[in-house]
Amino acid sequence: MSELARDGMLTAASFAGRPARVTLRRLVRRLAFWFAVAVIVSPAILVFLWMLSLSLKSELANLTYPPVFIPDPPTLANYIQVFSQNAMGLYFRNSLIVSGGATLLALVVGIPAGYGIARLQASRTLVLILIARMTPALSFLIPLFMVFQFFGLNNTLTALVVTHLVITVPIVVYVMAGYFETLPRELEEAALIDGGSIISTLRYVALPLARPGIVVATILAFIFSWNNFVFGAVLAGRATRTLPAAVYNVLTFEQLAWGPLAAAAIVVTLPVLLLTIFIQKEIVAGLTHGGVKGA
Amino acid sequence: MTTSAVTVAATAPRAGFLRRRTRSYRLLTVPALVVVGAVIVFPWLFTLYMSAFDWKIGEAAHFVGVANYTGLATNQRFIEAIVHTFYFTLLAVVFPLLLGTAAALIFHREFRGRGFLRAIFTLPMMATPVAVALVWTMMFHPQQGVLNYLLSLVGLPPSLWVYSPTWVIPSLVIVEIWHWTPLVMLIVLGGLAALPTEPYESARLDGASEWQLLRYITLPLIMPFIVVAAVIRTIDAVKAFDTIYVISSGGPGTASETINLYLYLQAFAFYNVGNASAVVVVFFAIIVALALLLLHVRQRARWSA
Repeated sequence: MSELARDGMLTAASFAGRPARVTLRRLVRRLAFWFAVAVIVSPAILVFLWMLSLSLKSELANLTYPPVFIPDPPTLANYIQVFSQNAMGLYFRNSLIVSGGATLLALVVGIPAGYGIARLQASRTLVLILIARMTPALSFLIPLFMVFQFFGLNNTLTALVVTHLVITVPIVVYVMAGYFETLPRELEEAALIDGGSIISTLRYVALPLARPGIVVATILAFIFSWNNFVFGAVLAGRATRTLPAAVYNVLTFEQLAWGPLAAAAIVVTLPVLLLTIFIQKEIVAGLTHGGVKGA
Repeated sequence: MTTSAVTVAATAPRAGFLRRRTRSYRLLTVPALVVVGAVIVFPWLFTLYMSAFDWKIGEAAHFVGVANYTGLATNQRFIEAIVHTFYFTLLAVVFPLLLGTAAALIFHREFRGRGFLRAIFTLPMMATPVAVALVWTMMFHPQQGVLNYLLSLVGLPPSLWVYSPTWVIPSLVIVEIWHWTPLVMLIVLGGLAALPTEPYESARLDGASEWQLLRYITLPLIMPFIVVAAVIRTIDAVKAFDTIYVISSGGPGTASETINLYLYLQAFAFYNVGNASAVVVVFFAIIVALALLLLHVRQRARWSA
């Protein structure tokens, strides 16, 4: 009884003495934490906001010093100028064909390969993929450029699709092999024992389960293919440029002012940013393990 | 005798079944292997072959043996490009590692809006490099650029940024840090998520401070992930091309010309593919050597721990 009472008194006393100091300390720590969050996150968002701001201002506002941060009034003139004076639609279509085609082909060959690698537990095959990731993209480009020239394929979308396989195939194989490894094998075993072939087991048992993995592989392959600049810059002709190559080659600083350039930059990167937000959780999960990135 | 015969009889069909199965799994990888062979392995071999020739596009090729390589060894511009590459890489690895680890420690804690803020934080690594590089070019502009305005706000003198031979590489590194710190953060975050809780509980009972927990438990445990991030970051920094090409094109003069920029000029401005192929081989050797060096460091770190 007396012990209990003493305990109670002690706690009461300690509570009475501390609260102000504790809360102040917690408040300071909290403020410091949120300050750190702000410092680390703000550069990421501010560059994009500045990009948006530049694209929505008149040329006059873009060249004033000190800089105008919030467009007043905002104008779409830069976007209209970029689209009306350049074949943006064509470049957009080229990018869609190249990245879409290269991603689709990579899925066709990469999903079965990822499945085979996962079930054979042939993780050494992935070393080849790692080495491919270490090779500078330009070093693939020189030999492929020569071969395409030999076949008269330079300046064609076909050549670009083939070259972009350098980016998309390793991503799809890597992501799919990792995903199939996480799937339980029991269902597949049952299908195989019932006389199903490996192909039909993949088609009817493993594939439906692997759909989330396929979505991630598709989006990652598409994004890194879409972002690629140097393949398009070297291999594409006037009519076959992809968006990043077009933005650099056609819309140079000599020809265009800051506003239209910023507008074009947004047009190029917006689809990718939207896709990124769409698969945010999967990117966090997928990239934490593999560090997947295009060549 | 009889028992072993029975076992053989029983396992034989099963072994055949498994072998057939393994073969089917292998067959599934064949299309991908063909593609990889055509667009990845073949270019490697063809590059090795071309590097032994004096070969300009549109002209006849002459076999020159190792002359392209010996030429590179005495090529002042190439050697400077190697120095620039190492300088750029050192900065573009160290800073993202420090900032990325700090960011991972922040995002590992529970707080309101964490998912949303993390999503924003990872946006730079997915953004199209060329598009972002254009915006950075405008931000670096010495007269109208927003960066010099920000410097003036905190009382610092304006900088020439990428227009100064001294500052061009550090300026390009800023873009690289902005671009790739999120990747380091994600890799280290994966390491933090896998941490055991027991060491923390016992250390807290022993009265360890937060700082001691970080220094003596967290950091050693996530070191393998930081090393993986360092390897990936090194490979990517050595290979950096898009942002450098768009923002400075290796200039002013050749002040920011890295191996990759030199390679591009040799191959696609001068069409000197023999020499460029030799550059590729040396370049690849450098990348492999750096990766092996870092993995060696990782082994040593593991032993001493």
